[in-house]
Amino acid sequence: MQFIEHLRSLEKALLFVCLLVVIPTMQIFAQQVDTATTKQLKGVSILGARADRYISPPQSLQGATLQRLNTYSVADALRFFSGIQIKDYGGIGGLKTVNVRSMGTNHVGVFYDGIQLGNAQNGQVDLGRFSLDYMDIVSLYNGQKSNILQTAKDYSSASSIYLYTKKPSFEGKEKVHVAGTFRTGSFGLLNPSLIYQHKINDQVSASLSAEYTYADGEYKFRYKKKEGYDTTAIRKNGDITARRVEGGFNGMMKGGEWSAKFYYYDSDRGLPGFVVAGVFGHVDRQMDRNFFVQSTFKKDITKKYSLLLSGKYASDYVRYIAPDTALLRVDNKYYEKQSYFSIAQKYSILPNWDVALSTDYQYNSMESTMRDFAYPTRNTVLIAASTAAYWNRFKIQANALTTIVDETVKIKTASPPKREVTPAVFLQYQPTHYKDFYLRAFYKRIFRMPTFNDLYYTEIGNSYLKPEYATQYNVGLTYNKKYEKGIINEVGFEADAYYNEVTDKIVAMPTVSQFRWSMMNLGFVKIHGVDMKGYTELQVAKSLTVSARAVYTFQLAQDFSDPKDTYYKDQILYIPKHSGSLILQASYKQWDFNYSYIYTGERYNAKANIRANYVQPWYTSDISVSRKFRTGMLDWMASFQVNNIFNQYYDVVLNYPMPGTNVKATIRVGF
Amino acid sequence: MRMKKYALAAAALGLVYFSSCRTEDTILPPTVTPVDTPSVPTSIIGFYLLNEGNMGSNKASLDYYDYTSGLYKQNIYAEANPTAVKELGDVGNDIRVYGSKVYAVINVSNRLEIMDVATAKRVKTVEILNCRYVTFANGKAYISSYAGPVELDPNAPIGKVIELDTATLNITREVIVGYQPEEMAIVGNNLYVANSGGYRFPNYDSTVSVVDLASFKEIKKINVAINLHRLKADNRGNLYVSSRGDYYTKPSRLFKIDTKTNTVVKQIDFSVSNLAIAGDTAYLYGTEFNYNTGKTTIAFNMLDLKTDQLLNKNFITDGTDKGVKMPYGIAINPITKEIFLTDAKDYVSPGTLYCFGADGVKKWSVTTGDIPAHFAFVYGVK
Repeated sequence: MQFIEHLRSLEKALLFVCLLVVIPTMQIFAQQVDTATTKQLKGVSILGARADRYISPPQSLQGATLQRLNTYSVADALRFFSGIQIKDYGGIGGLKTVNVRSMGTNHVGVFYDGIQLGNAQNGQVDLGRFSLDYMDIVSLYNGQKSNILQTAKDYSSASSIYLYTKKPSFEGKEKVHVAGTFRTGSFGLLNPSLIYQHKINDQVSASLSAEYTYADGEYKFRYKKKEGYDTTAIRKNGDITARRVEGGFNGMMKGGEWSAKFYYYDSDRGLPGFVVAGVFGHVDRQMDRNFFVQSTFKKDITKKYSLLLSGKYASDYVRYIAPDTALLRVDNKYYEKQSYFSIAQKYSILPNWDVALSTDYQYNSMESTMRDFAYPTRNTVLIAASTAAYWNRFKIQANALTTIVDETVKIKTASPPKREVTPAVFLQYQPTHYKDFYLRAFYKRIFRMPTFNDLYYTEIGNSYLKPEYATQYNVGLTYNKKYEKGIINEVGFEADAYYNEVTDKIVAMPTVSQFRWSMMNLGFVKIHGVDMKGYTELQVAKSLTVSARAVYTFQLAQDFSDPKDTYYKDQILYIPKHSGSLILQASYKQWDFNYSYIYTGERYNAKANIRANYVQPWYTSDISVSRKFRTGMLDWMASFQVNNIFNQYYDVVLNYPMPGTNVKATIRVGF
Repeated sequence: MRMKKYALAAAALGLVYFSSCRTEDTILPPTVTPVDTPSVPTSIIGFYLLNEGNMGSNKASLDYYDYTSGLYKQNIYAEANPTAVKELGDVGNDIRVYGSKVYAVINVSNRLEIMDVATAKRVKTVEILNCRYVTFANGKAYISSYAGPVELDPNAPIGKVIELDTATLNITREVIVGYQPEEMAIVGNNLYVANSGGYRFPNYDSTVSVVDLASFKEIKKINVAINLHRLKADNRGNLYVSSRGDYYTKPSRLFKIDTKTNTVVKQIDFSVSNLAIAGDTAYLYGTEFNYNTGKTTIAFNMLDLKTDQLLNKNFITDGTDKGVKMPYGIAINPITKEIFLTDAKDYVSPGTLYCFGADGVKKWSVTTGDIPAHFAFVYGVK
């Protein structure tokens, strides 16, 4: 049986590869999206810092492509990247975290307008709560952003997601932009938002964005067994009310730029919980409040010396309530504070050789109303020394990151101080004189700190935990060609093969009973993977542009923790061997069409790869159509979207059902 | 335009192909493993093993061992009850056979699952919030539940015991006992309930409730030790009740209660996670976790119930215990004195059931569901 399944999955892999190979011959080819949209960014003024050079290109979705996908959140957009798995608990308010190349959510750094979003409590950023309304670019870097004038934090994750909000840009005599958007649809969604941008002078602009989201979160789900039960029910307690306000200033100067912004978000949501026999609803709730202010300043001080300053203060609050009178009653509040400052400097020794030094300091503290809470504080110093150079067709970037972490606690034992030094090397080689094709490779060793929960969570935490290490080896190639004339605007193909190891993986292990778990450095995972993506944009006719983007990921992520385990070498839970996505977009005059498809292959919901833990593949197709029009001064856009058009019922996480077919309508007006 | 058509055609093709991969979910059939040679059984013809399944996984499952055929059938409930929505449910906490039926307490699913003992087919489910354990006397089932009225302490409602008539399968009476009641035993006309107070830590409950079965009123609370859990009766009118301790300074211990006086008469200084009594012997094991070393230590022991002396010897005599990661369920065949011990391992993977002869030498072992835990022997005419 397993043999047959294996054959079937091989067959699937082959087909996906075939699709990728066949498509180019039909001249429907593939994208490296960031370059596709550089066209739109051409109008950069002479003001501003020198452009960054990346050795390892990111996967990006931005601008029109991102807007046409019309997804609910950043997490939904990230599903279209290769190498990524989203853990999605379902619904608009459901937790959505990303796992890049099977190394685990805690190895993913998330940066918002250039500065990392922290969560010292559990190390995970819920990407479901970042709406795409105010987002300009969503990028994923494997390894790291291989720029060198950057904060030490940029070097400190196994992979990083960068979210950039819309920067104001004004043409001609424009002084003010205003855009209002209203979305509604399934899940009782009511989602108005407003963007206001103001040009103060030629150097400085201000912007403000506000958004309100309400959804009752109800949707139908179905569990069915062949010749067995077939039950359909409504997901309850998935309601959410959320408010977001953010804004700030963007400034340009000779050889430099700066920004200062604030961000506020609060939400009150139901936690719909697991669906098991006899339990189809829960009453747990969560309230959040996130606030931060941050600022960056970047300037080429001399021809050879550049400076980047960054600073941030963040205050986060979470309250979790479990008011079910038949169960353990919980009402815990958590308060987290973060202060952060970074100085990065770059010096050009030779025109083709730069060195840089980045020094970051971060202070984290956490308080809670939990019984026996440890009240931890953490002081982190990160020092990254890096260099970048190129000779002929060869580029290199290398760095060493020193991390110094010291913690204190009010009760119990603080985690011992940590001093770690971790290297990374990125190479790029252009084998021929054609600039369209180049090869690249990287090696990176990095770790993630145990979180405050791992270390100090009452009764579960283990302050003796060591850092969890991830080591990555990657080779890849990029082919990208743009055409001035003819039907093809652009074609591109990228492939990467990689081997990762996660050692001292922090896992929860039971101690004396099912209710007593503790965190331990016990896991060891080896990951072999292949990521492929292709893109093309075609100018089919003067007013018809068609683009296609296909992505395929293969991952063999095996548990090598203990040869005595029955699941030794089994695929780790929730990681499919095969996954992929396809986006087809067409623009015809004022019309835009989008078709997107996501495939996640068979996987297992527990460590043992046995039939009882087997999870069926799932795949969804979403379509949307939108039209732009103009009345007087106003620009309008209306769109309608149908998601999961074949009404497939599936779980991403066991017993957390996902919605079937759902719809969304959007109208935007602005000037 | 042609290109677009190709693109759409390719996409459609891919879609159709992938769409054909997804088959309907099927009911999983039992896994049948021959573990022993077929034999003419004693009056005990087999036993059920209830696997708890980790909370939220909905992986409670039922296994059956048949002495006559020597076959072990893992996961029999789903096939016997294909229309039971989401199968047996979440966290199987206790199982007992009484008369022609088998009663399984499914904790998180809030239900008592009543099945035909011969076929494991559902007869009825009775909703009981946060139900824990079940015991029987005089045609009645008694089920402990954490979910009593909330008026007394909204942070942790007091627990109760529910009485169910095994003829009508309807609830007849209920009685309020201590906080978060766990195991129960019946001696004479009294029902004894071990109260844990686990939801009220650090203010654990420390009492055994004595309930008069005729009036169904709590007539006494016996103060024992904090966080009580196991409660077993011997055949001399004594009870052995275990305290889990507080996992920090107060260790787990075992206490003896004389039901003639309803007082604690003896403390046994051994950390007890679980125990089984057969004749004049109690089989014990305890697990202790050291946060500094990150190691779990497991100790096995036996207790002579005539003298209440620890025998300080392992009931497993062939070294098999060294491969046991997390001992969890234990049962002794009262006739053959075979010892059944389960290994729950990491609680999220299939466990192992070991069968030892009365001499403590392993006879066989078999893979079970997740967290194999609770046994119910089946007598007679299956």
